[in-house]
Amino acid sequence: MATPISTADVAHVARLARLALTDEELEQFTGQLAAVLAHAADVEALDTTGVPPTAHPLPIDNVLRDDVVVPCADREEVLAQAPASESGRFRVPRILGEAP
Amino acid sequence: MTANPALDLAAAVRRGERSAVDVLEEHLARVDATEADVHAFNTVLGERARVAAGEVDAAVARGEDPGPLAGVPIALKDNLCTRGIPTTCSSRILEGWQPPYDATVVTRVAAAGAVAVGKTNLDEFAMGSSTENSAFGPTRNPLDLSRVPGGSSGGSAAAVAAGYAPLALGSDTGGSIRQPAALCGVVGVKPTYGVVSRYGLVAFASSLDQVGPFARTVGDAALLFDVIAGHDPADSTSLPGAAPVASARLGEGVEGLRVGLVTELVGAEGLSAEVVAGTRAAADALAAAGAKVDEVSVPATVYGLSAYYLIAPAEASSNLSRYDGVRYGHRAEGAADITEMYVATRSEGFGAEVKRRIMLGTYALSAGYYDAYYGQAQRVRTLIIRDFDAAYQSFDVLLSPTAPGTAFPLGEKTADPLVMYLNDVCTIPSNLAGHPAMSVPWGAGADGLPLGVQILAPALGETVMFQVAAALEAMAPAGPGSSAR
Repeated sequence: MATPISTADVAHVARLARLALTDEELEQFTGQLAAVLAHAADVEALDTTGVPPTAHPLPIDNVLRDDVVVPCADREEVLAQAPASESGRFRVPRILGEAP
Repeated sequence: MTANPALDLAAAVRRGERSAVDVLEEHLARVDATEADVHAFNTVLGERARVAAGEVDAAVARGEDPGPLAGVPIALKDNLCTRGIPTTCSSRILEGWQPPYDATVVTRVAAAGAVAVGKTNLDEFAMGSSTENSAFGPTRNPLDLSRVPGGSSGGSAAAVAAGYAPLALGSDTGGSIRQPAALCGVVGVKPTYGVVSRYGLVAFASSLDQVGPFARTVGDAALLFDVIAGHDPADSTSLPGAAPVASARLGEGVEGLRVGLVTELVGAEGLSAEVVAGTRAAADALAAAGAKVDEVSVPATVYGLSAYYLIAPAEASSNLSRYDGVRYGHRAEGAADITEMYVATRSEGFGAEVKRRIMLGTYALSAGYYDAYYGQAQRVRTLIIRDFDAAYQSFDVLLSPTAPGTAFPLGEKTADPLVMYLNDVCTIPSNLAGHPAMSVPWGAGADGLPLGVQILAPALGETVMFQVAAALEAMAPAGPGSSAR
């Protein structure tokens, strides 16, 4: 049985998920996540020794097709949906820490 | 014999007895009359639909056959990509996005002659059971405006129930087609995983998501199923080979079929007494019609809800990492660097339920918890599949309630996420197994609102599932959805 999820855990997970939470949201989500995880305690406690996991319902893997050239999406149409673009590329804010 | 609105309209349009434009105008007039109250749509496609309907009529005039859905208005859930038409997933983060391509199901219904009338409201990214999690406001149940239509495909269910279109497409990850179908008194189908293409369906939980039909009758649902089912090379999880035919054995009755009433689902947490009584009455009706009906235990289904709320959020946390403000949709203004931009964009763009599931999934996948939560849930998934397989050794189909009760009042279940999640207790096992299941209306509760029963079948068992559904429809007590429109 895992220890109950704490506000520190939730704050850590929010950082991993690139979400900023207010203190109020942090409190609320901690309680709600704890309730869902408590409900899952039956699953956590189940003896599944020797049971293989199912990641996917179909026994399909390595789907291949013939290597035929087909048209791809139009670049202008795709870039028209971007919040910002420049010279045929997606434009984003500064990535590295140095001064511009 | 039940009238099938979509089948009848398509037949009349193909014979040149009805014009697709007139059919469309009739449906758009209904939208105009009540949509301000119902809010089934995020976008109504008036002018585009008129052009499409005009093309159907022109094809008929030229002596061509526009296809099996000729001139039939259809509503599309707003998580299905439509080229040049906003596709929002009812999220601020995709507000205004116009996909550069159509989902395969959208292409297929158009090629069959259907006329898309609008994009329907949903719980944000299909996460919810009431359509109250939409960034654009809730949809209301057309049968009682104080109640929810269910969810997440609440807009599609409401559009069919309100007579805006005889057909709609939704998506079902844990019950998101079947539960709103039950609450709105219509038919809703989750196909076998891999039978209907997911290409262009905005991903929520990729190993569980399936697109499926809503209709007012089983015959109409079968018609739409047979149009959208089939292999699609653009979806690597699409099953090769021929799809099962839903309309093959409608009207053949249930004589000799073996029907199992699932003990654990009839006895599931939180079901109302009238829901259980309705399901037992449906089982009795099938027995009276010649089916061999018995109770059957599918023990691992009791772990379905818990396993689902670890697996689905885990997959969602991965799928939704793509919303970063770089390539499409919303971007927060004024960020100093890219990390700040990601965080601000996602925090502004996602609603509370989506954030909650992203965090739950991230947690279930994180170091130290992966095996206890996600790994364990995947092993439970194997147990559920094994137990279903054992039941299907002795039964052709299984029967259970669809939803725990009739449509509930807006706001009643929003305070506690776990209470909302319990709506899916009977529908989730089929998603985890990848099996087909559908909801058909079965009378009404004490509040006069519709009840539904669920028919479950093994993988690729759609033909027998629809056969049983048609028999149930023919024997069902009158419900509030059956006489309207």
